[in-house]
Amino acid sequence: MVLSVRDLAVTRGGLAILEGVSFDVPPGEALVLRGPNGVGKTTLLRSVAGLQPAEVGQVTGAEDEIAYSGHSDGLKAMLSVTENLRFWASVFGLSDIAPALAAFDLEGLRDRMAGTLSAGQKRRLGLARLMVTGRPVWVLDEPTVSLDTASVALFAQAVRTHLGQGGSALMATHIDLGLAEAHVLDLTPYKAGPRSRQMDEAFL
Amino acid sequence: MRALLLRDLRLAIRAGGGFGLGLAFFLIVTVLVPFGVGPETALLSRIAPGILWIGALLACLLSLDRILALDWEDGSLDLLATAPLPMEGIVTVKAIAHWITTGLPLVLAAPVLGVLLSLPVPAYQWVVISLVLGTPALSVIGTFGAALTVGLKRGGLLMSLLVLPLYVPTLIFGAEVARRGAEGLTVQTPLLLLAGISLGVIALLPFASAAVLRINLR
Repeated sequence: MVLSVRDLAVTRGGLAILEGVSFDVPPGEALVLRGPNGVGKTTLLRSVAGLQPAEVGQVTGAEDEIAYSGHSDGLKAMLSVTENLRFWASVFGLSDIAPALAAFDLEGLRDRMAGTLSAGQKRRLGLARLMVTGRPVWVLDEPTVSLDTASVALFAQAVRTHLGQGGSALMATHIDLGLAEAHVLDLTPYKAGPRSRQMDEAFL
Repeated sequence: MRALLLRDLRLAIRAGGGFGLGLAFFLIVTVLVPFGVGPETALLSRIAPGILWIGALLACLLSLDRILALDWEDGSLDLLATAPLPMEGIVTVKAIAHWITTGLPLVLAAPVLGVLLSLPVPAYQWVVISLVLGTPALSVIGTFGAALTVGLKRGGLLMSLLVLPLYVPTLIFGAEVARRGAEGLTVQTPLLLLAGISLGVIALLPFASAAVLRINLR
């Protein structure tokens, strides 16, 4: 299934920030979104994930296909690492969490409460969640925040494996993951002009 | 959905989960009322059904802002919204979890605390029955209030103001069942109205809660 975005315009807080964005992410490929802070990477990803309706344009191939990972990891501090992962696995109808633990080097932390993990370890657990969703399209917002070099390499390896299995990934990130399959899309040219201010959103 | 329910119940009984918060508040209210109004048994037994109902309602209200706010803060709500669960199902599970951790303990504690208020003997069964029928409505309406205010910092005050008027019909008919039961009158009419309100909100409000939650997640 190809994730396809056509002529998408997104607004944030009633203000149009991006317009005319179009791209395709076919299976086995990754697309990296670039652009300065505030250009609308997060808003675009949330629109693709279906959390926020698009102002104009359409997103196809995302419904029930994407695994979204935002700025926060959705972890419960009072549940252990395995309990957190098992919960998400059963929400998505899967049960095997061992590959995800192994891929992000979390086996030594299995029984620790998520609240006692460091920021980087929490992030690794949040990313491991993607592997227990079984969804083919990963939509990732700044996935490498607070990861060290070794963990970034683990993450890049996980993405590579995912792409090798016919999955695809759409991510906003500033660092180079060294993925040969990744294309880069700079969002700066799609910035919406001041004319296209939308007012009605503010009343919702 | 079962996984979500089990997770919420597990979180509620772990440290900091807030299980027992409503129960403790209910206990405090019913223990303090006799000190406040004096030890006169006749007066106490006349106001006991109403006090038990108000105590249960306020105890319920106290724990409402935890229903969705915690999941919103740590990002789980965004992730649940992209999971293969319908939003209506998520809010229903949240309401059920709230009822099991807050409403059910209140129902079970009410007859015990009734002793402190010298609740008349015939009233015990009607207090329990009216709370069993009424507290699910409190949880479902409360989940709606929580969904309305989920994105707001310190939205507790606004939520209380929004939810309290919606609680009034349940309180009126629930307390009426308990009062009539205590006086040995027929309880059929308020009992049916109470059950009707509960079934109505259980059937309809999850759709409203899901709709406002979708808007609030934008």
